[in-house]
Amino acid sequence: MPQLNKLHVSPSPHVHSGDTVVSKMGTVIIALLPAYLVGLYYFGLGALIVSGVAIVSCLIIEFFIQKFVLKQKSTITDGSALLTGLLLGMNLPSNIPAWMVVVGAIVAIGVAKMSFGGLGRNIFNPALVGRVFMLISFPAKMTLWPAPMPLNMHYLDAETAATALSISKEFSVHAVDNWDLFIGNAGGSIGEVSALALLFGLVILLIRKVIRWHIPVSILSTVFIMAAIFHFASPDHFPTTPLFHLLSGGLMLGAIFMATDYSTSPMTSVGMLIYGVSIGVITLLIRYFGIYPEGISFAILIMNGVTPLINKYVKPKRYWEGSKK
Amino acid sequence: MLFKTFRLGGIHPESNKLASSFGTQVLPLPELVKIPMVSHIGAPSLPIVQPGDRVKVGQLVGQANGHVSANVHSSVSGTVLKIDTVVDTLGKEQTAVFIKVEGDEWDEKIDRTPDVISTCDLEIPHILNKIMNAGIVGMGGATFPTHVKLMLPQGKKAEVLLINGIECEPYLTCDHRLMLERGEQILVGVSILMKALGVNRAIIGIEKNKKDAIINLKKHLKAFNGIEITTLKNKYPQGGEKQLIEALTNKQVPHGGLPIDVGCVVQNIATVHAIYEAVQKNKPLIERIVTVTGKSVKSHGNYWVRIGVPLSFVAEQTGGVPEDTGKIIVGGPMMGRALSSLDSVASKGTAGLLYIQNEKARAKEEGNCIRCTQCITDCPMGLEPYLLKSQVDMSLWTEMEESRVMDCIECGCCDYCCPSNKTLLSAIKQGKQEVGKIIRDRNK
Repeated sequence: MPQLNKLHVSPSPHVHSGDTVVSKMGTVIIALLPAYLVGLYYFGLGALIVSGVAIVSCLIIEFFIQKFVLKQKSTITDGSALLTGLLLGMNLPSNIPAWMVVVGAIVAIGVAKMSFGGLGRNIFNPALVGRVFMLISFPAKMTLWPAPMPLNMHYLDAETAATALSISKEFSVHAVDNWDLFIGNAGGSIGEVSALALLFGLVILLIRKVIRWHIPVSILSTVFIMAAIFHFASPDHFPTTPLFHLLSGGLMLGAIFMATDYSTSPMTSVGMLIYGVSIGVITLLIRYFGIYPEGISFAILIMNGVTPLINKYVKPKRYWEGSKK
Repeated sequence: MLFKTFRLGGIHPESNKLASSFGTQVLPLPELVKIPMVSHIGAPSLPIVQPGDRVKVGQLVGQANGHVSANVHSSVSGTVLKIDTVVDTLGKEQTAVFIKVEGDEWDEKIDRTPDVISTCDLEIPHILNKIMNAGIVGMGGATFPTHVKLMLPQGKKAEVLLINGIECEPYLTCDHRLMLERGEQILVGVSILMKALGVNRAIIGIEKNKKDAIINLKKHLKAFNGIEITTLKNKYPQGGEKQLIEALTNKQVPHGGLPIDVGCVVQNIATVHAIYEAVQKNKPLIERIVTVTGKSVKSHGNYWVRIGVPLSFVAEQTGGVPEDTGKIIVGGPMMGRALSSLDSVASKGTAGLLYIQNEKARAKEEGNCIRCTQCITDCPMGLEPYLLKSQVDMSLWTEMEESRVMDCIECGCCDYCCPSNKTLLSAIKQGKQEVGKIIRDRNK
C-alpha cells in the first residue's frame, strides 16, 4: 500500500483533454508553414532575413519586458510570441530594412500585447498593430514589394514591382493572372502571396479544431459576394472580378490567420459571423474607395475594437432556447 | 447508422472502461460496518436502534426524517456497537450506526431466491409505499430520494418514463454489468415504474459502446409491452438528466423547470433494479455494485458491496491500492470526489473506487485564458464558463445570475477542455452558491 496520507485532493473533474496553449499555438505555426515556405521560395534571402528578424526580436522583447519591466515568470515558451513574430514577418515585404522590422516587433509585443497584460488580454492583434504602425511610419518602404524571383539571394537590393492590387487600383486592369495569384507567383508580403498554401493551412486548422469555420468563411464569402454584386452591377466602375479580390492582397492570410486570433475575435458563433461579415465589407470598401490598395489589416483592427461589444451582447445558444412549448 | 444524442456541447473523454468484462463478485463482509444516516440528498435519517441491539440484514436502523429523506437499513446482521460519526466522501462528519458483524442472517420477509418474479399485482400506492420503505435513492450519483421523485406535482402528468443506462462517466462499469447480469429484473422494474407513474411508454437509453448490454436487454424485451431501447452516440455528459431527455425525446426542459414539465420522469438503471428488488423481493437498498479500477490496477472488478462497508476494506479485498496512486476518487473521473483518506464508507451513491496514477494526480499550472472559445463550444448548457470565471473573480453576482450560472450542471466539460488548465468549474460552483443565496434571500 502506498502512503495514503499523501493523497492529492482536488475538485472534479480529474481528467483533462491534454490540450495545451503550446499545442494550439504549435498547430497554428505548422498551418502557417506552407505559406511561409512559398514566401521563402519566391522572395529568397530577403524573406528569410525579414521573418527571422521579426521572430527573434519578438521573442527577445517579450523576454526582456517580462524579466525587467513586469518582473513575472517568462512565458516565451508558450509559442505565442513566436507566432506573433512569424505572422509579423509574413505580413512584411521582403526588402524592408531590419531595423524597421525591430521597430514593428517592439510595437507588436511591447505595446499591443504586453501593455494589455500579455497573452489573452490584448484587444488588438499584436502582429497587425506592428504592421500597421510600420505602414503609417514607413509608408514608402511598406508599399514597395519585390517581384517574385524563385530562390534569389537579394535582400535590400531586390527588384521591386507593383502588386496586382495596386495596379488594379490605379489603372483598373487585371495585371496578374489569377492562377499566378492562386499559387503565389506574384508580388506582395512574404506570407500572403499563395492562396493555395494558405487554404491548405486553413484545412489543417479546421481538422485539428484549432479554429472554427465561421470567421474565415464569412470574411471570404462576404468579399466574394460583395465584389460580385459591385462588379456585375457596374463593370466599368469596378472592373476587378470577385475571384481576383479573393486571391489578391492579404485577404487570405488575414481571414485565415489574423482575424481568427483567439483573444481579439468574438467568442460565439453568431458573434464570429457578425465580425467576419463586417471585416469583409470594410476590406472591400477600403479596396474600392480608400487611399490604400489593401484594407484587410485596417478592417481586422477596427473589428478587434468592436469585439468586446460583440461578446457583451451576442450570447451563445443556450440549452433551453431550442425548447418547443 | 446515425445515432441520436443531445445537441449542444459535450466531449469525448477516453472511456477507459477497463472493468467492463469483469463479472460482478460479492465482496466479503468486514468485521465492522458504519451505516451512514446520510446516504441521500435531504435531511439525515434518525437512528432508531440502541447500542447492544441485535439487527438482521434488511432491518430498519434509520428512519426517514421529513419529506425529502430516506430510510436506512442494516446491511449486515450483528450487534449495534454505538452511534457515532463517520467521515463522508466530502470530508464532513455524519452520524452513522456502527454494527459489529455476526454471521449473515437476513430478515425473513426478504426473498433471497434468484427466481425472477415478473408479475406485479400491487396497487399504485402500495408500490410507492414499498419504494419509500426500502430507502431507495437515485443511484446514478444524485442520490435524490426516489419516492419523492415519483410523487408528481399537482396537475402534472407523466407521458414517458426514461431509463438512464448511459454511464457516460469514464471508467465506471457498474450499470453496464447490471444490464448484462440483471437484464430481466431491470425490465420488470421498468414495468413496475410504468404502472406506478401511469405511463404506457418507457425508453431505455444506452450508449452504443455497450452493445452487449443492448443485446441482452432486447433478448428479454418481447415479454414486456411499451418498453423501447434507444441506442445513443457516445458523448459525455449524456447521462445528465437534461441531456438524456433531449437525446431520447428531442425535448428540452425549460429554464428553471423540471423533467416533468416536458412530461418525462428519468430513473437510473441501478435505481430501477433496486425498485425491482424492493417491490418484488421485499429487499431494501442495502447493497450496490462498486467498480474498482484505474490505469495501474492489476485486477479490475465490479463488486456487490454492502452499504456502510469501509472503503479501506473494499480496497484491501480488491487487491489493494496500487503503489503509484496519487489520488483516489469515489465515483467517475468527471464528477467524482477525490478522497483525503479511505476512512469513509460505501454509500448508496458510491459507483466506483478509482485510482489515479501519481503523475496524473496533480493539477497543472494555470495560465492566462487565451479565449480559445473551447469551453463555450463544449458546454452542454450553452453557458460561457470563461466569463463566469472572471465574474466570480470580480464578485459580480448579479451579472452571474444574468449569465445563467444556475443552469450549470457541473459536468466539468469546461475544465476538461481548457488548454490553460483553468479551474473553471470550482469557480462556477462558488458562484452558484453565492447566487443561490441571493435568490433565496429575494424569495423570502
